[in-house]
Amino acid sequence: MQKSSVDIRSLQIGFGGLKVLENLDLHVGESEFLVLLGPSGCGKSTLLNAIAGLIDVKGGEIHIGGRDVTWAEPKDRGIAMVFQSYALYPRMSVRRNMSFGLKVAGTPQSEIERRVGEAAQMLRLTSLLERRPSELSGGQRQRVAIGRALVRHAGVYLFDEPLSNLDAQLRAELRVEIKRLHARLGATMIYVTHDQIEALTLADRIAVMQGGVIQQLDTPKKIYREPVNRFVASFVGSPAMNFIPGRLARGGEMVFVAGVNRLGLNGYVFRSQPTDAPVVLGIRPEHIEMTGADDQSSVPARVEMVEPMGADTLIWCRLADGTAFSFRRDADAQVRAGDALAVRFPADALSLFDEASGQRL
Amino acid sequence: MTAVAQLLPASRRPKRMTPARWGLYAFIFITALYFLLPLYVMIVTSLKPMAEIRQGNLLALPAAPSIDAWVKAWTSACTGLTCQGIKIGFFNSLRILVPSVGISILIGSLTGYALSLWRLPGANILFGAMMVVAFIPYQVFIYPLVRVFSFTGLGQSLLTIVIIHTIFGLPTMTLLFRNYFASLPVELFKAARVDGAGFYQIYALIMMPMATPMIVVAVILQTTGIWNDFILGLIFAGRDNLPMTVQLNNIVNSTQGERAYNVDMAATLLTALLPLVVYFGSGRWFVRGIAAGAVKG
Amino acid sequence: MRLSLTSRLSAISALLPALLVMFVVYIGATSWTVWISLTNSRMLPNNNFIGLRQYEMLFNNDRWITSVHNIVIYGVLFVSLALLIGFLLAVAIDQRVRAEDTIRSIYLYPYSMSFVVTGLVWQWLLNPTLGIQHVLRSWGFEGATFDWIVRPETAIYCLVIAGVWQASGLVMAIMLAGLRGVDEEIWKAARVDGLPKWRVYVSIIIPMMDASFATAAVLLSTGVVRLYDLSVAMTNGGPGIASEVPAKFVMDHLFERANIGLATAAATTMLITVIAVVAPYLYWRARKGEMR
Repeated sequence: MQKSSVDIRSLQIGFGGLKVLENLDLHVGESEFLVLLGPSGCGKSTLLNAIAGLIDVKGGEIHIGGRDVTWAEPKDRGIAMVFQSYALYPRMSVRRNMSFGLKVAGTPQSEIERRVGEAAQMLRLTSLLERRPSELSGGQRQRVAIGRALVRHAGVYLFDEPLSNLDAQLRAELRVEIKRLHARLGATMIYVTHDQIEALTLADRIAVMQGGVIQQLDTPKKIYREPVNRFVASFVGSPAMNFIPGRLARGGEMVFVAGVNRLGLNGYVFRSQPTDAPVVLGIRPEHIEMTGADDQSSVPARVEMVEPMGADTLIWCRLADGTAFSFRRDADAQVRAGDALAVRFPADALSLFDEASGQRL
Repeated sequence: MTAVAQLLPASRRPKRMTPARWGLYAFIFITALYFLLPLYVMIVTSLKPMAEIRQGNLLALPAAPSIDAWVKAWTSACTGLTCQGIKIGFFNSLRILVPSVGISILIGSLTGYALSLWRLPGANILFGAMMVVAFIPYQVFIYPLVRVFSFTGLGQSLLTIVIIHTIFGLPTMTLLFRNYFASLPVELFKAARVDGAGFYQIYALIMMPMATPMIVVAVILQTTGIWNDFILGLIFAGRDNLPMTVQLNNIVNSTQGERAYNVDMAATLLTALLPLVVYFGSGRWFVRGIAAGAVKG
Repeated sequence: MRLSLTSRLSAISALLPALLVMFVVYIGATSWTVWISLTNSRMLPNNNFIGLRQYEMLFNNDRWITSVHNIVIYGVLFVSLALLIGFLLAVAIDQRVRAEDTIRSIYLYPYSMSFVVTGLVWQWLLNPTLGIQHVLRSWGFEGATFDWIVRPETAIYCLVIAGVWQASGLVMAIMLAGLRGVDEEIWKAARVDGLPKWRVYVSIIIPMMDASFATAAVLLSTGVVRLYDLSVAMTNGGPGIASEVPAKFVMDHLFERANIGLATAAATTMLITVIAVVAPYLYWRARKGEMR
């Protein structure tokens, strides 16, 4: 199967006077699984539709498989696409849904049958081939939509929020199926979603977008551990990252000061020279540790509320000065509301952001 | 696949106006002409003197536009026996229109309300039967109705024609309001009941104020429908109340000798005026009325 | 929810007009009409039962046969042309054309006009001495003939022209609503599949719009059976009886020819025809509603 790279160079898209994307650059390597992640209206679907050729661009270039396709018809771009609403042709059987595009393109009948059979087997659709879309469940419909994309033997597969119309359980199942498919085909895939779990589980790299700009393009692990700004930090991760405002002070080592609490930053890798501007400290709930009160670096806190979440427990606390934060313990944690605890914020798990710009320090 | 693709030249920005686009606009232009032609011909004919009509071209603009034919059509054109113009018909139609629209909407909305929100036994059967009836031609009912009205002493009168319009407007009006009320959140109705409001209180104080868009649609639908009616007015209104459409047909089709086409067209335009004003004045509401009326059944 | 007695009484009082109309007008009048058609009533209704004799006479009546013949021609041509033209207009407007609102208004305005007005305008346009034929000849097409309205064998087609002009806009409005209801991602999927536009319409969109087509077809068909005003205003059934239609046959025999037995037999025949068309449609809609 062919695998194409995708190259986007200073892409501009606008509707009327409204600029949706401006000077966007992006490279997607062969066989890569790239996820475009962001809230609605961030431009991720617009970008995907532009790659597919479904909307006109104002400027810039799109190259797929080394070929300039900026103005090519969608069918000539070597792409296939899966849509949020499945977009199956309602009055055609599953078989015809999958074969119709090939037939119109003049593909020989034997080749069509071979490809449809292959895709149907891969997606466990063989027994459903004669059904109409209306006779299928949501999950089956989306598998058919994926099948219709697969038979095109495209160089790049585009997914536009394919799982967001499904309920949570099916979403998890199909997520695994898509991941397995990528592993098996090794095809280039670009996948749009607003669901950070999907992004983290599927992607080789994630592009987090907001306001038409790619905020951070990196591996899921980096995005999660080292978000480049407060937006990425708060958008990725559930339960959400804790943010505590304060400032930096130098007293031998760098210290984070929030009210009466001081936190040593030995072990934190600064990206830029620290200043004394106000900062925000970010830490994920699972990185906060419970320690004994005798630990030098610990801070006293009081438990306000306990949320059992099945596999683990989320504990909501306040520091002496009222600053609220949450942290995660396993399900067996013997903690009750009102308990007094000592917690530690390990410096190597922290993120520090400039309060004004929101950028990582 | 890509082997072929690589032979293709780099893509180019497409031209704005493709031949297909030109064809599309040509189709739209020509069909628009077909639809506009009768209106145009009506207007120019009504503004020409008869001499010009006899010699000239149907499509030509009037050499010296004059509104004489309009004045004549309004005040002195002959409808069979009398020669008082189409104005008689205009005012008759108006007298029929206003009470008919009001009463048919009142009863239709009440019926639709009772059928949608109050789960009464047999409501669906009644509604289904009304939908079937909406399709049945008037000819099936007309003779017995004539007999019934003459038996009750109403005969042919203004009251009779108003009742008739209410009867035949009932299925559509009921459908319109039933579907609208059924689309409202049922919690609203339940909340009102919990607050202790009764049947007519909920109707008058909660449902009807919310139904303003449907009332507008219903007024448009009934106004054009009743104004354009010919057969019911002819049979039930009586000689003194004949609606404008009937008068118009009499003016045009019962003339003896040479026909005054300019007067005919002026009278035709005058008759079409109110629906046209409603149509162009209401814009998308008219379409909404069609859509609402079209979901019959 | 349990209804209290007062609420129940109020609700029933609100339904009184509808019930009255249902039983007295619809059921009562229909039954009476059907009954009269089984008697030998002439000017006034009587109760002399004569079985189906009126129907026998009806179908031996030239004027009725012509009327039925005409309404079949009119019905087939009118419904198919209005559907075709209306659909094409809707497709044209759906191509994101400029001045969409204006164009839609132009297509739809005839539907706001009465059949009487429609009939009179087209009578004037089709008038051979001064109408379109005259215009064509004055433009130099000396041999041009367009005198359908005065020729018995073609007069009915003139009703079709006028009817299609009046009703195509309605079909357009229904179809446009249907087209606008198509999920935009279907269009995107078809573009990615490389389907030409006409192919998408033929193979995907039209099959999806069965409900719009059925609704439009049923609305048009019931209009066909009711056809009366247009024939009266445009040709008054003529020349001769060349453009007579069933509804006009009923009205003439009720009020001018004083043969109510024959008239009600004709009306009952119309009723049966309508029910034969509408009942399956309503059944189909109800089934579809349940499936959803």
